[in-house]
Order: sequence, then C-alpha cells, then structure tokens
Amino acid sequence: MTGTAYVKKIRSGEARLWPSRKPALTRLDIELTERCNNDCVHCSVNRPAGDREAREREWGAESWKKLLDEAATLGCLIVRLTGGEPLLRGDFEDIYIHARRLGLRVMIFTNATLVTPRLARLLEDMPPLEAVEVSVYGMTKETYEAVTRTPGSFDAFRRGLGLLREHGVPFVVKGAVLPATSGEMDGFETWAAALPGAAGLPSYALLFDLRSRRDGRKNELIASLRTDADDFVRISRRHGEDAVTEWRDLCARSGGGRGGRLFSCVPSGGSAAVDPYGQLQYCLGLRHPATVYDLAAGSLREAVTEFLPRVRDMHSADRAYLERCGRCFLKGLCEQCPAKSWAEHGTLDTPVEYFCGIAHAQAVAAGLLEPGEKAWTVADGAARTKQRS
Amino acid sequence: MNDKIDLDKIYAPSEDVVVREIEGEVVIVPLVSGIGDIEDELFTLNETGRDIWQRVDGSKPLAAVVRELAEEYDAPPGIIEGDVVGLLEELLVRKMIIEKQ
Repeated sequence: MTGTAYVKKIRSGEARLWPSRKPALTRLDIELTERCNNDCVHCSVNRPAGDREAREREWGAESWKKLLDEAATLGCLIVRLTGGEPLLRGDFEDIYIHARRLGLRVMIFTNATLVTPRLARLLEDMPPLEAVEVSVYGMTKETYEAVTRTPGSFDAFRRGLGLLREHGVPFVVKGAVLPATSGEMDGFETWAAALPGAAGLPSYALLFDLRSRRDGRKNELIASLRTDADDFVRISRRHGEDAVTEWRDLCARSGGGRGGRLFSCVPSGGSAAVDPYGQLQYCLGLRHPATVYDLAAGSLREAVTEFLPRVRDMHSADRAYLERCGRCFLKGLCEQCPAKSWAEHGTLDTPVEYFCGIAHAQAVAAGLLEPGEKAWTVADGAARTKQRS
Repeated sequence: MNDKIDLDKIYAPSEDVVVREIEGEVVIVPLVSGIGDIEDELFTLNETGRDIWQRVDGSKPLAAVVRELAEEYDAPPGIIEGDVVGLLEELLVRKMIIEKQ
C-alpha cells in the first residue's frame, strides 16, 4: 500500500477517467419531446406545445428511467436532456432526479421560460453537475419575440433566468444570429459577460440545421434565415484573428480527405441519442431509416455495442461525395456529415452546398485557398495547412 | 463536525454521493451541493483508496478494516493504518462518508 492523494478530482469531461478502456457508452442525448412552448423561426425541431399526437407517442417517465438504468450500467456518465423544450414535460423533475441518483451528470438545454421556483430549488439542492445551457433569442421583448413568435416569452425567459441566478444554479447562455438579432451581438456579449460565472465570449447558433424530419415549408424558412459565408467569416473575426488561427489548426489536425467514410466524428464515439419515441440514433439530427434503432425491439446495450459500430463503418458509394468530400482537405472545417445530408437531401452522403460554401470561405480567410479554388482539386492541401498552421 | 478519524468507530458511504464502479474505476459523484468545490467535479480513488473504500461499508469498525487489509497486503500495520486514516480524513472532510452512530 502507498501513502498520499487517495482522492483525485476529475473536472470538465471524462477523458482522463479512462486511461485504457472506455465504457461502451459515455454520453446519452435524450430528446424528451419535440414540443416547445416557443415557435422559433429557425428551430429544426419544435412542434406545438399542445400537439396531442406527439405527446401521446412520447415515452413516459418509467421508460426513460429504465433506459437511464441501462445507460448507467453501460458506464454512461453524462446525459443531456433536450427537446423541443424539455421542461414542458410534467415529469421532467422525476426523470432528472432519477438520472442524478444513478450518478449521472445532467446537461439541460432549455429556453428557461418554464423554470419554476421549485425546479430552481431542486437544481440548487441536487445540482446537475453541468451548467444549464440557456438559449437566448434576443435582448429586448421585440427582438426576442420576433424570433420565438410567442407573446410573453421574453418576460418568462427573464423570470426563469432570474430564478436560476437567485438559486445559484450555474448556467451558460447561447445566442442565435438571426435577422432580428444580428444587430444585438455587442449588447448580448456585454450582458453575458456580466452574468455570474461567465467565462469568455458566449457561443452563438449561426449555421442553422434544417429539420431532420424533413418538413419542406419550415426548411425553406430556415434556409432563408441562414448566415451567408461572407457574413459567417466576418462575424467570426469580430474579435480578432483567433478564429482564423483555429481554422488553420483544425485543418492541420483533421488529416486530409474523408475517402469513402461517412462519419468523420468517430472519435466522439461512445455517445448515442434517443428521440422522444424511443428511437435510438447516432445523433439527434440523423434520422435516416438505416441509422435508426428501435429500442422497444431491442436493448441499449445491443444498440451501442452492435448497431452503432455498424453505422459508424458505413461508406459512401456516391460519386459526388467521393470526388468532392472524399478528397477535400477541409474536413476539419466543414459541417458536412450524414445528418446534414439527410436533412437537406434525404440521403446520407449528398454534399451540402451551404456548408461546403462556408468551409471554403473559412479556408480563403485562413489563406489555405485562393478565391474560387475548390478544395477537392488541390493536390497540396496537407502542405498548405502545415505551412500555415 | 469532528474530522478526526477514530479506529473504533464505524464509517459508511454518505447518501449525499453516488458511488459507481466503471471499467475498474471507482467514481464518486456528488448528489447534493456542497460536496465538490465547483459544479462539475467528480472524484476517483487511487488503487489504495479503492481497496480501502470497498471495505468501508458501515458494517464494521475501522480497526477491522485495517486488520483485513493487513492480512491481504504484505505491509506493516502502521503503514496500512496510516493509509486508511489518510483516505478517511479526505473523504470525511468532503462529506463523502459519515460516521455511524
């Protein structure tokens, strides 16, 4: 036996916990509901709060608790409760308490409008061990409710955030750059910096995903609200060139084209997502039938140890994908992935022009491409990233 | 609270933490506020800590835990006692164990 430092603190992520073998599942994302009390213009998920058909199909608390039990058995440490608006569910506290009693850290993604004194007290007494992530849709009633399209939502959000502050519940805020809010970025950052526990600049939702349930009309609206490539670069550089330096580093680290591989996010393996109806997915945005597993007909263990590894190994046979994404050295910048192809085109691998354009604009800003140059035609991509990183 | 460890007393894991064993690691997860210093802390034990922790189950005095470990390990009882007391002091100050009445 030996002497000192019997107890080690582990902070900010679980990576250092597993020097050799990681658990089969480290993180589980749970979409408790698609429903939301807001009706945000850009949202890729929301259905009306009173949508009876959705509510009747949602898993009940007992099903979620059984799933959480199984997740904990598999070694899961973090569960993310999201939606829609997860606090819309009357059994949210029940599910939350169960997760915490299993020794899970809980990430809560919310608009904060439904935070009650009782919930804030619960989060104070039994902390989630992860900062609550609060989406902020505007700095004034006018801009906020232009996004949420829900009268009274701004006051409800302020009230909810106030309760979290009053009870000392750690939270982070995330903005959304939309036509209604793009002029508020300085004000948002000043406000966010004054919040307790604020560290660095807040994050923004900028590159909006289309709805993975492939709702054509809503997707047209979302596409019309997207930041274009030049604006994305301009916004990213508002506070200097750190973002551009990071883009160069990302390219240098990502190591060239994808080849035929569909999933370049494989290193984050060990996570899984479940929709409100018990359908397990690689991530919440990927609903292609070939990548969805019905938990009612199987088990979480089988899904994460047998099904998801098969999904991760899927390869593309699409010529455009192989000739473009397969050879492109901007993999570290580009948001192209099966979930994006699914939402935009109903396939796993059709290149998404919007994200391709964003990545190319970043590469031009980073000095990795000349304007007009296509990254998949560049033979010396690796040398360029090495030289400039 | 008295943070002095008494070998004649019985200690048990606190109900304010959840203790999990994952891939051979003992992970102690705070359940209530006031266990860690900040909101996202977890705790693990080193190898010595793990062996001791598994025996501190509220069923026997700490002296019995020291005796059990002395039978298993080829180490002087004084060293083992020092390790047991050292770990329990750390756990008690973090409110991860309680003294049973």
